[in-house]
Amino acid sequence: MQKTKNTIAERIADFLKRFPPFEVLKPDQLLEIAGGVKVVYAQKGETIFKQDDTGHSQFYVVHKGAVSIQRKDDEVVATLDKCDEGDIFGLRPLFAHENYMMSAITDEESILYAIPIDTFKPIVKKNYRVGQFLIENFASNTETPYSREHRGKLYSDEEMVQNTAELYELQPVRYVKKIISCSKDEPVSKAAKMMSENSVGSILVIENDIPLGILTDKDIRNNIAIGLFPIDAPVKEIMSSPVICYPKGLTIAQAQVAMMKHKISHICITKDGTPHSKAIGIVSEHDIVVSQGNNPAVLVKAIQRANKTKTLKSIRGRIMHLLNGFIQQDIPMTHVSRIMFELNDATIKRVLERSIKKMPSPPPTRFAWMSLGSQGRKEQLLHTDQDNAIVFEDVPDNIKEETRAYYIQLAKKANKGLNNIGYDYCNADMMARNPKWCLSLSEWKEQFTNWMTQPGDDEILLCSIFFDYDISYGDIELTNQIADHIFELSDNNQLFLTALASSALRNPSPLGFFRQFLVESNGEYKDFFDLKKRAIMPITDAGRLLILQHKIKNINNTAERFEKLAELEPQNKELYLSCSYTAKALSKFRTKQGLLHNDTGRFIELDTLSKEEKIKLKRCFKTVSEVQELIKLRFKVHSFI
Amino acid sequence: MIRFFKRKPSNHPDFWKKYEALFQVKPPEYVGDNRFVILDTEATGFDFKKDRVLCIGAVSLQSNVIDISEVFEIYIEQEKFNPETVKIHGIIKNDKVKTFTEEEALVQFLDYIGNSVLVAHHANFDITMINQMLKRLRLPKLKNRVLDTMTLYRATRINSNLIDRDKNYSLDQVAENLNISVKDRHTAAGDAMITAIAFLKILTKLNKKEKGKLKDLFRVR
Repeated sequence: MQKTKNTIAERIADFLKRFPPFEVLKPDQLLEIAGGVKVVYAQKGETIFKQDDTGHSQFYVVHKGAVSIQRKDDEVVATLDKCDEGDIFGLRPLFAHENYMMSAITDEESILYAIPIDTFKPIVKKNYRVGQFLIENFASNTETPYSREHRGKLYSDEEMVQNTAELYELQPVRYVKKIISCSKDEPVSKAAKMMSENSVGSILVIENDIPLGILTDKDIRNNIAIGLFPIDAPVKEIMSSPVICYPKGLTIAQAQVAMMKHKISHICITKDGTPHSKAIGIVSEHDIVVSQGNNPAVLVKAIQRANKTKTLKSIRGRIMHLLNGFIQQDIPMTHVSRIMFELNDATIKRVLERSIKKMPSPPPTRFAWMSLGSQGRKEQLLHTDQDNAIVFEDVPDNIKEETRAYYIQLAKKANKGLNNIGYDYCNADMMARNPKWCLSLSEWKEQFTNWMTQPGDDEILLCSIFFDYDISYGDIELTNQIADHIFELSDNNQLFLTALASSALRNPSPLGFFRQFLVESNGEYKDFFDLKKRAIMPITDAGRLLILQHKIKNINNTAERFEKLAELEPQNKELYLSCSYTAKALSKFRTKQGLLHNDTGRFIELDTLSKEEKIKLKRCFKTVSEVQELIKLRFKVHSFI
Repeated sequence: MIRFFKRKPSNHPDFWKKYEALFQVKPPEYVGDNRFVILDTEATGFDFKKDRVLCIGAVSLQSNVIDISEVFEIYIEQEKFNPETVKIHGIIKNDKVKTFTEEEALVQFLDYIGNSVLVAHHANFDITMINQMLKRLRLPKLKNRVLDTMTLYRATRINSNLIDRDKNYSLDQVAENLNISVKDRHTAAGDAMITAIAFLKILTKLNKKEKGKLKDLFRVR
């Protein structure tokens, strides 16, 4: 039989069948649904439907991106759920013939599949299991009235969105479904190996799906490590038994109390809540703490344990939450930027570790992953573009390209991983996957020699980007050698310093003749004020130039650079300290704006600023032009200014 | 009124007359009100004269929605067997897909595109190949306005001396940079879908969606 072909509908069917309830449908039913799909593209912050709107003729499945489900009660907006890949939303009202009870807003650029209810309904009627799924899904509303009703999954993953604080303890505990288990006769050494491979603190001892006991870090410490039992003793000798079991639906408060009462750190979730039925999950104290706390130490630990990009992404969400709290509580910027730096750094390290693991072989040489720009200066608070580069150890010429190819492949994975977490690709391809920025040690030295001995405009721009590097992963020896090389080159290199100075002055004062703000005159951000270009970059450039003149290594943070300068040049102490203050104030300002608008905070709509904020900003600008004056005099820059 | 050149009485077939008539209406002013047809062709090679189109895939886009029930995918009968085209023949044979003559394919294609704006990656190739098909039927060239996602994408790159502005970007590179999955590379419909998603993302980057004016898109370079 001949038929017309619809490749795209087939692909959509392939996607849908990975998720409930579509997974139980027959291929022809799936294809019928897929053939009627409308692919909807929505940019970040777009409203798909609004609370109280009448139901659309279709419901939605997230293909790419993420959607927040929000409900507004008495002017308070609460985010009840986040849907990501494969999740369904906006279906229940269509069955109940109601208006939407909540709004759906995209968290990021998203692609959604809209499925017309008219093609879906008949299939539900015909298919018992689909109906059953929907009933279970809708019925779970009764416990937490709104939170789960639009959700497409029966079980949620281990890590989820931040919950509203008041009700937190009464929410059902989230458990890990992927149980790490062994049999009772397994030697302890083998069980311990499984635990460390999976980075977990406990292993369930199972016989015919029934939990017999549990072996934890503590059991191993108290029995094997102190020599009570040999390392190859069978697990049953030292495991804790019986296991404390509960049914699913256990609340967080209950779980905590149970753990305290029994002095244990793990609870097993079984089908009927007794140790005599099938084990379906594990709740650990660690998971509860992690889900509860947005404290930096817990987050770092969570990052280090994360085994999925998705988990890292959800941790990033919580980091933003933490940042918001810091800013609201007026924590000093110095502390905030250090903590955020550490968290970013841990994330990048984890992404690198995971990328290396995915490579077919371990790295052939020593290498270092350098973060450039704001992360290099320890000033990255919000998600901005990723700028990075790789340096690898010198190898003989005949295997150099082969070695580079390895690192480019690694960089492709790492760049993509970072992008998936939320660090956008760099528009200028200033990334390690670009062969231009994946160089051996002597190639980097040569590169800097070229830039610094023939400083044209582009060379200076590249220098200023690459000077502020920070090693995120790998061998510090390599990056130190680059730094030493740079200092050698800049020594008495008047030509270079003058060129760098004039580039530090390339963005003139942000205020116009009448002391009004200068706004962008064209492009996407017409009539916005470009905070980065007009205020943050000039002060950053100034700090870099002045510190380079003093040959100070390993201080990349602009505020810290000026503090050091104040120490080194007592005659300019006052100006430098106000520069340091300005750098921090601008960074805070940008962060606040970014959090407010869920973007990088670079472009500011002046109308949204209060009078006080405008005055504060103008005060910062005054410092910027004062330090620019100093540079002009010191480096004798007069051309074109 | 004096006519210097006497117009030949049109002896074009009805389907062409119908298509031609659609262009008497002016296109809507705003991007969001226009229908776009994003297309891709698979051909036996790159020679406009010798090579033939094997398959045309296209999706239509209106106000940010791509309707899958309106996907266009047509396979064209080949006069002689060409070893280059084994892959497509494989598709046709294995999936028992119906094939059409060039004329039948064009009738359906013109009906599908109407007066929509056409979008393709490296559009010149696809449009020329289709114009060659028309020429073989003694018909004029396509009348639709055409956008090239290559040119549009290049405009989203920042204006910096560090980037070669004249660089050519393949669909794979564009997809990688815009984070689009490339599962269906090298089937016409699959490529058209990837191009369509890229087109939407580029429009967002250029800030030309919805309220942007259509004519501004043709000025991008």
